[in-house]
Amino acid sequence: MEGFKHFLNALSDPAIFLTISVALFLALLKWYRVVTRPQIAGAIGALMLAALVFGAMDENLVHNALGKPDNIPIPLMLGTVAFFTWLSLRKAAINDERAEKGLPPAEAEEGSQKVYTWPDLVFSEFVCLLLVSALLLVWAWQLQAPLEPPASASKTPNPAKAPWYFLALQEMLVYFDPWLAGVVLPGLIIVGLMAIPYIDPNPKGNGYYTFAERKFAISMFLFGFLILWVVLILYGAFLRGPNWNFFGPFERWDSHKVVALTNVNLSEYFWIHWLGRPLPEAWYIREAPGLLLVAGYFAAIPPLLAFTKLRGLFQQLGFVRYNILMHLLLFMALLPIKMVLRWAVNLKYLIAIKNYNV
Amino acid sequence: MSILKKTGEEIRKSQVWRSIFRHGPPTTHRNRAMAVASNVFLHLHPVKTRTSGVRMSYTWCMGGITFFLFLALTVTGILLMFYYHPTADKAFNDIVSLRQDTPLGIMRELHRWGAHAMVLSVWLHMYRVFMTGSYKPPREFNWNVGVVLLLLTLLLSFTGYLLPWDQLAIWAVTVGTNMARAHPVIGHEGPGAELLKIGDISLVTAGSDIRFALLSGRFVGEATLLRFYVLHCIAIPFAAVILMAVHFWRVRKDGGISGPM
Repeated sequence: MEGFKHFLNALSDPAIFLTISVALFLALLKWYRVVTRPQIAGAIGALMLAALVFGAMDENLVHNALGKPDNIPIPLMLGTVAFFTWLSLRKAAINDERAEKGLPPAEAEEGSQKVYTWPDLVFSEFVCLLLVSALLLVWAWQLQAPLEPPASASKTPNPAKAPWYFLALQEMLVYFDPWLAGVVLPGLIIVGLMAIPYIDPNPKGNGYYTFAERKFAISMFLFGFLILWVVLILYGAFLRGPNWNFFGPFERWDSHKVVALTNVNLSEYFWIHWLGRPLPEAWYIREAPGLLLVAGYFAAIPPLLAFTKLRGLFQQLGFVRYNILMHLLLFMALLPIKMVLRWAVNLKYLIAIKNYNV
Repeated sequence: MSILKKTGEEIRKSQVWRSIFRHGPPTTHRNRAMAVASNVFLHLHPVKTRTSGVRMSYTWCMGGITFFLFLALTVTGILLMFYYHPTADKAFNDIVSLRQDTPLGIMRELHRWGAHAMVLSVWLHMYRVFMTGSYKPPREFNWNVGVVLLLLTLLLSFTGYLLPWDQLAIWAVTVGTNMARAHPVIGHEGPGAELLKIGDISLVTAGSDIRFALLSGRFVGEATLLRFYVLHCIAIPFAAVILMAVHFWRVRKDGGISGPM
């Protein structure tokens, strides 16, 4: 048992954990028709439940994360997100198979058939309302809302964690300075979500579940939601301990754990390591490699793709909307890129100019 | 049984009943239509709904659950406001006595767990709307209203986090609002802020930037507590209610619950 927990702790190394998550995600998209079959999905659900029970029996995990009352929503979130991901992809798989046979989606079976709101819709709403009330009452009855010692400006908790739904944002702070991680990128999440209807030119899949007809849009959305949001919440909730160091889920939090911080800027790599020269004095020469790299990333990739792989999309969307779409996606990709660079080569900043670090 | 039935009929026939419900029992087409159309709450719905749209496996009922949780949070929130002072010396003790000294001492529990549940149900509602492509024309604008409502839900939860005035509260809010000081141009440590100055005098300082406006001070203190209290109880719910009205109205105007064209 201890050996198994050590193994799981080792798997929870951030780089390995992200790799496994992305691999599972890609497998889900590739084999969504097989994975969502009730028997297989049921087995996955049972496995998740077993993992929860297994985790709930571990002293360290309960003490550090799982047992904190404000973290109760996290297993609830995982369970519901997994369930509804299954439900929507299962329905998509059924509809996609129907489409291959030339049939309309299952939702269209009933055509424009309508029922009276009273009693059909009102009744199911009422049942929902009763169930939610019952659940909430039992939850409130059984579990006290958390209350820590009175506020004190002189006693800083370690780690000081944000509420669970903001943990992905807090995790971004590790890889970017606050102006990006705390302001610009969250702002772009909201702007990006609002832009979705205007940068998705695909008229298909309106009002029914499908994956085959909207592969690009659904893959991008699910990557953002499941990997960059949900998985990063798991990082923040279960893998981050004192001084925001990484700990395995079954590891005891040691606030004296020393982690060598040898993060290096791109400019130092470029001038000192590769060219063997001291850093130039002027910032615009010193940071030229990083500035060129980031500018190239945003300026070169969209036109390159517009003339090659995404020619059709470019023609459909037009210059402005195509560029908005591409830049939103590039900003989204910036986070996993920076994470990988941090873990692989201890990269600190691509561009290191005070107040403008990237 | 017949007595019960008879009493029921008598009640339905009474002037009081007929003054409230101006239609007979909803067993005929006409009366079912009337039941929805003559009720201010139910007439958020159309008289008839698309069969595929009524299925819970299609809608997950998450939008409805979110609205219900908002109502439950409003009711429990009003009850909590009877007992709570947003001042540094009273707030924490008020929270303690909510549990110990008030009858039905689970109002705070209902409020807090309901808030967590609402954050989750908003996410799941958005998830469903995305996966059914329901943001596509003609519903683009209503998706946008929904995104703003999602943001307001998160802000409601975040401002409420400070009110118990315990360690969890001030440090979570300190961590969160520290971001504001790095806001480009209008946060004093943000990029571009140093460019805004007249001569040698900086316009954006720790005493004049966006974080100062948010906290009503340089630190999370009693002024912040009052500010977050007003935001939490009045300002953000006010905005949310207006946007919800727009959201529901537009669901109707954009063709009701989505379905295949």
